Amino acid sequence: MDNLGNLLDGFANVLTPMNLLIALLGVTIGTAVGVLPGIGPAMTVALLLPVTYGMEPAQAFIMFAGIFYGGMYGGSTTSILLNTPGESSSVITAIEGNRMAKAGRAAQALATAAIGSFVAGTIATLLLVVVTPPVVRFAVSLGAPDYFALMLLSFVAVTAVLGASRVRGFAALLIGLVIGTIGIDSVSGQQRLTLGVPQLADGIDVVVVAVGVFAVGEALWIAAHLRRRAAEVIPVGRPWMGRQDWQRSWKPWLRGTAYGFPFGALPAGGAEIPTFLSYATEKKLTKHPEEFGRGAIEGVAGPEAANNASAAGTLVPMLAIGLPTNATAAVMLAAFQQYGIQPGPLLFERESGLVWTLIASLFVGNLLLLVLNLPLAPAWARLLRIPRPYLYAGILFFASMGAYAVNAQPFDLFLLLVLGLLGFAMRRFGLPILPLIVGVVLGSRAELQGRRALQLSGGELTGLIGGWVSWTVYAVILVMLFWPLLGRFVIRPVRERLVNP
Amino acid sequence: MIRMTTTPPDDSGATPPVAAGPDPVEGTATTGQSDRAQYGVCAFLALVGGLVIVDAARTGHAISAADPIGPKPVPILLGVLLLVVAAIYAVDVARGGAGEPEAGEDVDLSSPIDWRTVLLLIGAFLVNAVLIDRLGWVISGTLLFWGSAFALGNRHHVRNLLIAVALSLITFYTFAIGLGVNLPAGVLQGIL
Repeated sequence: MDNLGNLLDGFANVLTPMNLLIALLGVTIGTAVGVLPGIGPAMTVALLLPVTYGMEPAQAFIMFAGIFYGGMYGGSTTSILLNTPGESSSVITAIEGNRMAKAGRAAQALATAAIGSFVAGTIATLLLVVVTPPVVRFAVSLGAPDYFALMLLSFVAVTAVLGASRVRGFAALLIGLVIGTIGIDSVSGQQRLTLGVPQLADGIDVVVVAVGVFAVGEALWIAAHLRRRAAEVIPVGRPWMGRQDWQRSWKPWLRGTAYGFPFGALPAGGAEIPTFLSYATEKKLTKHPEEFGRGAIEGVAGPEAANNASAAGTLVPMLAIGLPTNATAAVMLAAFQQYGIQPGPLLFERESGLVWTLIASLFVGNLLLLVLNLPLAPAWARLLRIPRPYLYAGILFFASMGAYAVNAQPFDLFLLLVLGLLGFAMRRFGLPILPLIVGVVLGSRAELQGRRALQLSGGELTGLIGGWVSWTVYAVILVMLFWPLLGRFVIRPVRERLVNP
Repeated sequence: MIRMTTTPPDDSGATPPVAAGPDPVEGTATTGQSDRAQYGVCAFLALVGGLVIVDAARTGHAISAADPIGPKPVPILLGVLLLVVAAIYAVDVARGGAGEPEAGEDVDLSSPIDWRTVLLLIGAFLVNAVLIDRLGWVISGTLLFWGSAFALGNRHHVRNLLIAVALSLITFYTFAIGLGVNLPAGVLQGIL
């Protein structure tokens, strides 16, 4: 049990007073920022990146772990107390959660979300510990063609499987890939798409892209459509659950975790499908069907657990293969690169201590979150009343600060605005953001692997097809591309039946 | 933030469905009028595609044994794909397809785009970008926050200024001095 030893070493790293303080700080600001309306987990991580710039990698990772889970939990608080969630993974939580809050059971809704998140997060992180090493062992055996195929799979998955319109998804992906191409080509040293601008020679920093399209784009978009009448916030006391609430919650927590983790770990999983499946399951199994649609606690417990478990699941491909499967993981990957750390199988060899510290701090962060959130919920609820001009002015303020701090050049601020306007236009026209970010993060690496594969074959295209792994992956890609034909005749009728019973 | 892609199984209408309701600016397919501004997106994609191809054509040949395909093929492929996607997109728009504008907690999609607010925000943003190296983060950041709050309709000028100055000072001391993050002191060098 080498890994158990590594994990214990990781805990030893986290459990120093200084690092515990950093973990506590991470979950606190992660939750505080995540609670704010209009700020989802991905934007939370992107906006809080500069906080970690001056830290050692290990401390930065401890903080990330806290921000990651804190941002996730903050989002669910917002959707329960405000409804109309901004991110797709909280849509389902909002349905029953907001009804419960309106019916005067906000405390129980928040409690089942917080405790469910803790249970799901802890189980899912344990699964992460068990599952990741074998995935790493498998990933080490992969060659350049296999990686190239896996990255193509990632592109197709985030574009074709998630999202409503494929052509819009592919448009976003291609824009992201083009942004990733800008700069000096790492293999040949030739400048591409730099338009003679010297600052573009090093390429556009992923952090600037993430902050631009998430934070600036979102702030501009919301400003353009700002609700002049502030949304109604439901007041809440300290979260608690009665005996009956516990009885009705624990099974949905476990079932939600079982849905969430595997979907999160898949390249095309995300949190949307497992939360939906969990909701449908709980609705079917409940002994109180009359409460569904009016605030059933199972409808909060299950999807919220699924959401958190899937978040932990996304860390498996992210850490073991270097493939981000949702926006938050993509931004985290960018943050790792900021430290010169490349997630992937070699990470576990070269930076073993760092990875296990990160995993240990996920456990610690999860526990701190529970301890913190039960008493602090009323304070978080008050954050929801922050005057909107201050909120969005603050987002622009911190976004500018973070983007400037990457390279200390004002040029990045102009770039940030251009990317913000791009994000604005994408929101206006319904282009998904996730493919763009994945394109920027993975584009140049995919090209590198592809060219490496071709180098081995002397330029013959057959070099792109390696062993059985890439064959399998290409087969999966084809299935995904031709899925709409299946979807039109099989999936959609079923889904509609679930939505409108 | 991720775009909402599923329609929530919501039957009360408390979550406003994104595409519903007549919308003067963002008329979607459901209102019977196609959203013609989408052709602008197609034109943009085609333009980027063309630019990428032209740029790739001008990139020097640098093929070696270690890199048999060189730096050109990938951008050319991306450019061609962009042109193809632009064409398919245009066909989709012509057939009445429309993307759903993103919803959110504070987003009221029934109102048209408030260009005045957006332009004022861009102005505040640019002021910061132009002045940050000259005057330093504390002053330019103050202007950014104050200007943005003004753009978003807050008229408590003095209170906003105090908040803006406090935020800039706090961030400068925590990040630049405390954590060693790159933020310029500008004209206040030596005073802060």
